[in-house]
Amino acid sequence: MSLRRLLSIVIKELRQLRRDRLTFAMIIGIPTMQLLLFGFAINLDVRHLDAAVLDQANTARSRELVAELGAGQVLNLRSALSSPQQLDELLREGRISVGVVIPPDFENRLERGDRAALQLVVDGSDQVVQQAARQLAAFPLVQLRGNATPAAAVEVVNFYNPERRAPVNTVPGLVGVILTMTMVMFTAMALVRERERGNLEMLIATPVSPWELTLGKVLPFIAIGLVQVSLVLALGKLIFAVPLRGSVFDIYLAALLFIIASLALGVFLSTLARTQFQAMQLAFFTFLPQILLSGFMFPYAGMPRAAQWLAEILPMTHFLRLIRGIALRGATLADLWTELAALAAFSTIMLGIAVMRVSKRLD
Amino acid sequence: MNAIEARGLTRRFANLLAVDGVDLTVAKSQVYGFLGPNGSGKSTTIRMLCGLLSPSAGQIQVLGLQVPQQAEQLKRHIGYMTQKFSLYEDLTVQENLEFLAAVHDLPRLRTRARISDLLRRYWLGDRLNQLAGTLSGGQKQRLALAGAVLHEPELLFLDEPTSAVDPQSRREFWDSLFELADAGTTILVSTHYMDEAERCHRLAILDQGRLVADGAPRELCASLPYAVWLIDCSQPRRAQQALQQQAGIVALAQIGAELRVLASSTAWDADALRQHLQGGSIEAQVRRGYPNLEDVFVAATRKPARDIAGALA
Repeated sequence: MSLRRLLSIVIKELRQLRRDRLTFAMIIGIPTMQLLLFGFAINLDVRHLDAAVLDQANTARSRELVAELGAGQVLNLRSALSSPQQLDELLREGRISVGVVIPPDFENRLERGDRAALQLVVDGSDQVVQQAARQLAAFPLVQLRGNATPAAAVEVVNFYNPERRAPVNTVPGLVGVILTMTMVMFTAMALVRERERGNLEMLIATPVSPWELTLGKVLPFIAIGLVQVSLVLALGKLIFAVPLRGSVFDIYLAALLFIIASLALGVFLSTLARTQFQAMQLAFFTFLPQILLSGFMFPYAGMPRAAQWLAEILPMTHFLRLIRGIALRGATLADLWTELAALAAFSTIMLGIAVMRVSKRLD
Repeated sequence: MNAIEARGLTRRFANLLAVDGVDLTVAKSQVYGFLGPNGSGKSTTIRMLCGLLSPSAGQIQVLGLQVPQQAEQLKRHIGYMTQKFSLYEDLTVQENLEFLAAVHDLPRLRTRARISDLLRRYWLGDRLNQLAGTLSGGQKQRLALAGAVLHEPELLFLDEPTSAVDPQSRREFWDSLFELADAGTTILVSTHYMDEAERCHRLAILDQGRLVADGAPRELCASLPYAVWLIDCSQPRRAQQALQQQAGIVALAQIGAELRVLASSTAWDADALRQHLQGGSIEAQVRRGYPNLEDVFVAATRKPARDIAGALA
């Protein structure tokens, strides 16, 4: 391994990158755009569901209940209905997501307490709406009987994100998503481009070694990855007030290891692809499971066992635990060393396989 | 010691036999040509000789090194100019050369002098800061040559170096090659231009992966077992039709108003040709011509290759 050769490849790579406006724009553009999209648009707190009320009892207490529901932020009561048929129609047309039905014998049911006094007809085709309705079902109707509210048996105390703001959870995870997307794809494409344009045939006829070639192409991307991490965390703090409770050094160290793991994956993919287009497809192929199984989109705990095993292989799963732990819970790398070890193992194995496959032969 | 010695060189791709039992000897400081149509195995042979492709069978010794086993060692001593321009189009002329100098571990002190020398020699001095992708065909080819000889290799492989340049640039390019050969560099160059092949010290003709002839161009012409006849008549196309299927006629080509006939020297002579044409009521004058490399090439590639190679040996 010659340091001069390695350095000359790095410099060449940086020069090419500087002239490649599109890639350069993507390095800054992708993180910024995704941060704004995910931060503002993806909000799993359910508010303002359109609803209609069919009050068949029409008593003082039923009207009080309707007023109470309307005062909350969950339902947006749009109309009072006079028949069940109207309710069916509105639901089917998708103009409301929830129908509140108060039966004629509302008062009796309320007093006896043996049957549900209130029915919520819910548009089950949307999972998020279902979830919200389940919360509504816990609405304390007992209050209406004039009794004192009984203390809840279980109290949920929300540590780390008391206001339940979605950006606090998504922004640190977003660092992982953005790095996965850009690092894997950029390296895979950068290496395949060399082959596709014929540069590789010239290069392998020189004394350059596979290690020098691979490392030289990958090193600039480590720096780029760290720039992206800084960008996302800074914007997250400025725009969405995402807290960074742990040490910034720990975050960068975790990110560095994750970048290396992603680059290793990219190098490996580049040895499978013949064209840049194939490289991009392969990158997307690995991108989806990382997003879906890592715990970024769906909670890890709720996944079937097989999916959890698969998730354990993916570097993003470990990085998410690391960054959420450090940034939100103030954990240290020592607390999370197993995740670090998993990332290191992934990088080593992937890079090893990849460099073995980067041969200096055309056959 | 010869620069290249290859015995029984063979390469198979799936069902295709790209190179089939080629024996090759290239002496030092020679310009050795590979002549053959597209798909005849020229590039594959060059790639095997550089150690970029492993042969399916056969032995290769280049500059005294076993290939592919010692290919890495060999790569310090060879230059390879690929068929397609393979320097970086998004780097400038200077950046490309500096990169190659570093890759070849050229001492820093010598790099600067060597690069300015090459830029002057290959008329690229005024293109120093131009992106390689924006150079003309001839300039790209000169840059590629500069890149391939930067580390002063003993042996230079050039794969169809002049396929994308105009005749003037081609002539200048060949002058550069002889300059390198005079300085002691062995050059193996593939081409499908006859005029280029004629300029080589020695020549190998490849057809469908087989070596069908090799020797100095003049020797190859002299040992052709056929005679060349030039037929002057008013209707050369009719004369061509009349001779087309005749035994002993190897090739026919109309050159301007004349018909050039390559024929077996035992079966045909000037009188026989004239009489045959007269039989078809064509009045013609027949005179003897001199065989050129094109005749050698046509004779070698149109007949069963084994016969020709035998006949020429």
